[in-house]
Amino acid sequence: MNQIQNFTKGFIKENPVFILLLGLCPTLGVTTSAINGLGMGLATTFVLVMSNLVVSLVRNVIPDKVRIPSFIVIIASFVTIVELMMQAYTPELFESLGLFIPLIVVNCIVLGRAEAFASKNTPWSSIVDGTGMGLGFAFALTLLGGVREILGSGALFGFSLIKVDLMLVFVLAPGAFIVLGYLIALINKLNKAA
Amino acid sequence: MEYFVIIIGSIFVSNIVLTQFLGICPFVGVSGKLSTSIGMGGAVLFVLTLATMVTWMMQYYVLNPLGLGFMQTIVFILVIAALVQMVEIILKKVSPALFQALGVFLPLITTNCAVLGVAILTIQKDFNLIEGVVYAMSNAIGFTLALVLFAGIREHLDLMEVPKAMRGVPIALVVAGILALAFMGFTGLV
Repeated sequence: MNQIQNFTKGFIKENPVFILLLGLCPTLGVTTSAINGLGMGLATTFVLVMSNLVVSLVRNVIPDKVRIPSFIVIIASFVTIVELMMQAYTPELFESLGLFIPLIVVNCIVLGRAEAFASKNTPWSSIVDGTGMGLGFAFALTLLGGVREILGSGALFGFSLIKVDLMLVFVLAPGAFIVLGYLIALINKLNKAA
Repeated sequence: MEYFVIIIGSIFVSNIVLTQFLGICPFVGVSGKLSTSIGMGGAVLFVLTLATMVTWMMQYYVLNPLGLGFMQTIVFILVIAALVQMVEIILKKVSPALFQALGVFLPLITTNCAVLGVAILTIQKDFNLIEGVVYAMSNAIGFTLALVLFAGIREHLDLMEVPKAMRGVPIALVVAGILALAFMGFTGLV
């Protein structure tokens, strides 16, 4: 398969959040601001790339029957690595993402790519696939976080744009559902037009 | 009294689905029909309570004494995965009727982040075993409540005229947002 196509499919055509609707829990839970969305997206990208690489390296060694538990152990190991690294180097981000960092383990995108792609492809294309999908996920989270931050607190990446109290509800729980619903509708509309 | 606070707090005030965003995948995925959402709720209640009990014991009797706290994520997910498998096998033998009802939902539960999430939260909140079990059960009830409410609304939604681009998941998410707005009314209750 063409590597460029393999890389770019995660952004729009097979975007994990907007099209495949995978990993909705962290998508809704951490996107109170653009920076949180980006941080979560990049953490997931790291786990996705590394687990894709390892799964595709060992794909011929693992017996078919125990492949899912093995994948989960591989993924959980990388999640623990990310968890400890973030705790050490970005304690603020670690605080605000909280529970959702260990929950990367149960993010359907990571296990989904391991099972659907990495277990059948070469290490190199698995890395490309993981990077593309991960950045697509990060892109979706940053977009959602950005929209919520602008509507809710009139700021973007922490820089305030307007000095008024806006619709706080968009930073709170209901805003997450509503903004994501409209973003998916918008992307459906654009996809149909294209 | 303390248990009462935990129960009301986790069913209404910080509802696991609508304010904590755990278990969204089954919330969107299986909430199309009322009957399936009740089945899913039952399965989650069963597994969540059991998993929280076992992971609590793992944390306090195995991981903490050995100083292996950093292995929490790996150990917990393995315990949950093994538990789900075991429940499936036992249920098949002991109660085929219950297995028929819950069977299809059980494999889905391993990747339900509500289970791992509640297990970790129970440890983070320093609950003892009984508080942890109460917390797990009331979260599962909160999950079922949100799922059943949502399924009821979606059954009506199927009959409505919805703009083409909004059909399916987008309109469901907007409805979930309005439902979450309603649940914000419980803020400050406990």
